[in-house]
Amino acid sequence: MTDNPTSLLPLQPTMFHILLSLADEDRHGYAIILDVARRTNRKIKLSAGTLYRSIQRMLELGLIEETKTRPAPEMDDERRRYYRITPFGTAVAKAEVSRLASLLKMARSCGVVPRTT
Amino acid sequence: MKLYRVLLHLYPSSYRAEYGSEMAGIFAEELRNTSGVFAQLGLWIATFFEVLSNAAAVHWQIARRDLRYSMRSLLRSPAFLITAILLITIGIGANAAVFTLVDFVLVRPLPFPASKQLVKVWEKHPGYRFMELSPANYRDINAAQHSFTSFGGYTDIDMNLTGSGDPLRVEGATVTGNFFSTLGRSPWIGRYFAERDDQAGAPATVMLSYGFWQTEFGGETSLLGKSINLDGMAYTVIGVMPPDFHFPSRETKFWRTFQWEEESYKDRSDNYVVGIGRMKPGVTMAQARSELEMITQRLQQQYPKENESVGATVIWIRDEVSKQSRLLLFALGGAAICLLVIACANLANLLLVRSLARQKEFSIRVSLGANRRTILRQLLTESLLLGVVGGLGAVGVAAAALPLLARLVPTALPTQEIPPVDLRLLFFALGLTAMTVISFGAAPAIRVCRNAGLGGLREGIRTGGSGSHRMRSVLVIAEVAVSVVLLISSGLLIRALWRVQAVDPGFRTENTLTLRTALPIPKYLKTEVRKQFYDKVLTDVHRLPGVTGAAYVTALPMVWRGGIWPVSVDGRSQHRAEGTSASMRYVTPGFFATMGVPIKAGRDVSVSDTNETPYVAVVSESFVRRYWPDQSPLGRHFDFAEHDREVVGVVGDVRVRGLERASEPQVYLPYTQVADGNYTPYKPNDLAIHSTQSPLQLIPEVRRIIAAADPQQPISDVRTMEEIVAGETQSRSVQTRVLVTFTAIAVSLAALGIYGLLSFTVSLRSQEFGIRMALGARQGDIFRLVLKKGTVLTVAGLVPGLFLAYGAALWLESLLAGLRPGDVMTFSAATVLCFAAALLGTLIPALRAIGVDPTTVMRAE
Repeated sequence: MTDNPTSLLPLQPTMFHILLSLADEDRHGYAIILDVARRTNRKIKLSAGTLYRSIQRMLELGLIEETKTRPAPEMDDERRRYYRITPFGTAVAKAEVSRLASLLKMARSCGVVPRTT
Repeated sequence: MKLYRVLLHLYPSSYRAEYGSEMAGIFAEELRNTSGVFAQLGLWIATFFEVLSNAAAVHWQIARRDLRYSMRSLLRSPAFLITAILLITIGIGANAAVFTLVDFVLVRPLPFPASKQLVKVWEKHPGYRFMELSPANYRDINAAQHSFTSFGGYTDIDMNLTGSGDPLRVEGATVTGNFFSTLGRSPWIGRYFAERDDQAGAPATVMLSYGFWQTEFGGETSLLGKSINLDGMAYTVIGVMPPDFHFPSRETKFWRTFQWEEESYKDRSDNYVVGIGRMKPGVTMAQARSELEMITQRLQQQYPKENESVGATVIWIRDEVSKQSRLLLFALGGAAICLLVIACANLANLLLVRSLARQKEFSIRVSLGANRRTILRQLLTESLLLGVVGGLGAVGVAAAALPLLARLVPTALPTQEIPPVDLRLLFFALGLTAMTVISFGAAPAIRVCRNAGLGGLREGIRTGGSGSHRMRSVLVIAEVAVSVVLLISSGLLIRALWRVQAVDPGFRTENTLTLRTALPIPKYLKTEVRKQFYDKVLTDVHRLPGVTGAAYVTALPMVWRGGIWPVSVDGRSQHRAEGTSASMRYVTPGFFATMGVPIKAGRDVSVSDTNETPYVAVVSESFVRRYWPDQSPLGRHFDFAEHDREVVGVVGDVRVRGLERASEPQVYLPYTQVADGNYTPYKPNDLAIHSTQSPLQLIPEVRRIIAAADPQQPISDVRTMEEIVAGETQSRSVQTRVLVTFTAIAVSLAALGIYGLLSFTVSLRSQEFGIRMALGARQGDIFRLVLKKGTVLTVAGLVPGLFLAYGAALWLESLLAGLRPGDVMTFSAATVLCFAAALLGTLIPALRAIGVDPTTVMRAE
């Protein structure tokens, strides 16, 4: 396990989407799939296999953690496990955003992407 | 959903336990949200492939992690790593090499299409199961048989190649027109013989071996249709055989056809054709044998005088490898297995000790929540990693050892000399490695995983577990037992080798140079022309400094083992049967003095024995014993090679058929008492020169003398008599050397096993020893305690080992050259050696045990 956020860059797109999905609230697996699909206008539809393979890896890397905090009982499904982004995960997500931003900036300076006002 | 849960079994169980139910839940949601049969079918198909690829990825991820972990863990103990890899490399390398050899010699199909249908056919005479056929018998059998689709024949022949550089003696074969079609091989280029090529008067044609064509004729295809000169006669080259065609032997460089005339069929006791048959599909060996038996019985009735008691021997070509070669190969195979058993036992012990030493680590991991299966998997990955590296090393060892073992491939086998390193070898090594690693790596791993946990943590390394200790003792006992078997088997074979080497060949071997000048026919058809050549060469050779004797003989003993002729005394039997035949050799005067064969009575052959004087013979002592026991043989007569001969001399017996086989009595005839063109296969070809100096120094001068006598005459087979006799035991000594090497490794490993076990015991019991000493035990008591343990292990292995060794010796009996399987000296020596090795293994741990300091031990506790 590393504690340097930049050592994990460039981040795998699936992991990045999972981090973004967990950035605003804790979610269970199926909720992550739905959220990623919604954010990307269903362009990215994670399968269960891909999701949990990434989750396993992200747990190992310390990007996310399983949370014991459960939603209100009427909203909860006890079979489900909820995941939360860790401070390290947030740092990695930020580092990835900044990497992408600088890439975008570079692309703009080359005229590949039109400048925005 | 059930189907999806089944699909989830493609994932590793730990992964499934962790995420399986959630994945199933998600899939159930997706299925609910998908409507329509086709959409659901699409989801199923996509999910199937998704599970497949993700499961593979998870497995790979785990394997990579395990591999990394195993590599790190192995590299932390380099001594263990190197020892384990060496054990696997030696154990499996030896087996891969020996079994490739065994497979190559005894199992693999010969390089002919449907080679399992090919048989060899011989005449069977009383006392001789494998006598060549006479042309007449070959012809009659061929005409009458219905068992073979094709029945051909061949005989070996040496001929002089002249006209392309230096004259050269080359080995070849004279064959029937259907020889190649019987074997079923097509030529590389050109055509092979047709039936018309072996008719009397047909143009002389020849086919070349690929190697001969390359080395002597530069692989020029333009050679086809051109002539080459063999024994002074032009032969048209009609084809070249493929590179992997070696028949009848690896030395065969050309093939020409028999061109029998009516005359050739007259003498049914002129045997020189080996029959080759291709069985018809569906015909069994028993059917073929009984048909040939019937035909030969009919021939016996038709030719009662010549074919009396002549039957037929039919054997598969594959079975031609002699019983002795077969047994020696099996013995090597057995030794290799023994070595593997010992290497595996040591490996298992090593793995056991290592896993016991790590018991604490595993117990802590399990206590912290690690999965036992994960630990087991990681341990197995370690074993597998060791196996792969060791297995690769073994393939390298085998590939390097095979050329060294090539001498064990019988020369008569029509295959290449060195067994090829191919996929079979790779798969064999792979299979053996997998078996070794799984069977000997899994047991310690399972044991340690079972013990891992709090119990293991408490027990720790202190006790090592009594079960594991018992298992380790059993392994060491097995090592000792197997080592004893190897020690005794190789000891017996060494003693047998010495016995064979000590056999008196009947002639002197020191300082004797030999070479062959095979005089070609028809150039040397006349006896007088040959005499001029021999006289000139021998006169000049005698003048060379240091030469004390030189003579020509038909063929030197052990060089040509055949050449027997029926003997008739007082009109008794003239059949070539055991007890009535003698080896026939034409010699020049001085042969016995040159070879150091003692003349016991009478005289040597002489220049004055000619076709005009009465026919005489010099016979060996066994000849006299057989026909005139207790009587003076000189002046007595017998009928031999179409003449009445008078015995003028008696000489000592010579081992014509080699050191390990009894020879027929010998009859020597004067080189000048033979009619022109008669008995040309028996004309003196081999020259022996005895000198007071190193015989090899004579070679250039002798070459010059022969070139002066006949510039067209090639010289071949230049070697010393010592080399010829050493060749007799060469394959035996190579095999014995290999066996001794195996044994040395095995005994060292067994000693190492005892050492390992006792060292471990001492380190486990150091606390006990410390307490014992604190309570007054003396160093001698502790020393005896460890020594006793070593002795018990040795004796426990030795006793069954001795019984097993006796069994092995009984099985090897035919290789022991008359040595008794229960040879007391070998058994005693092996027992002493075994004890010595065990003592070495015991001594260091015993000394370490008495070095235990009671106060240090108590303080540590």
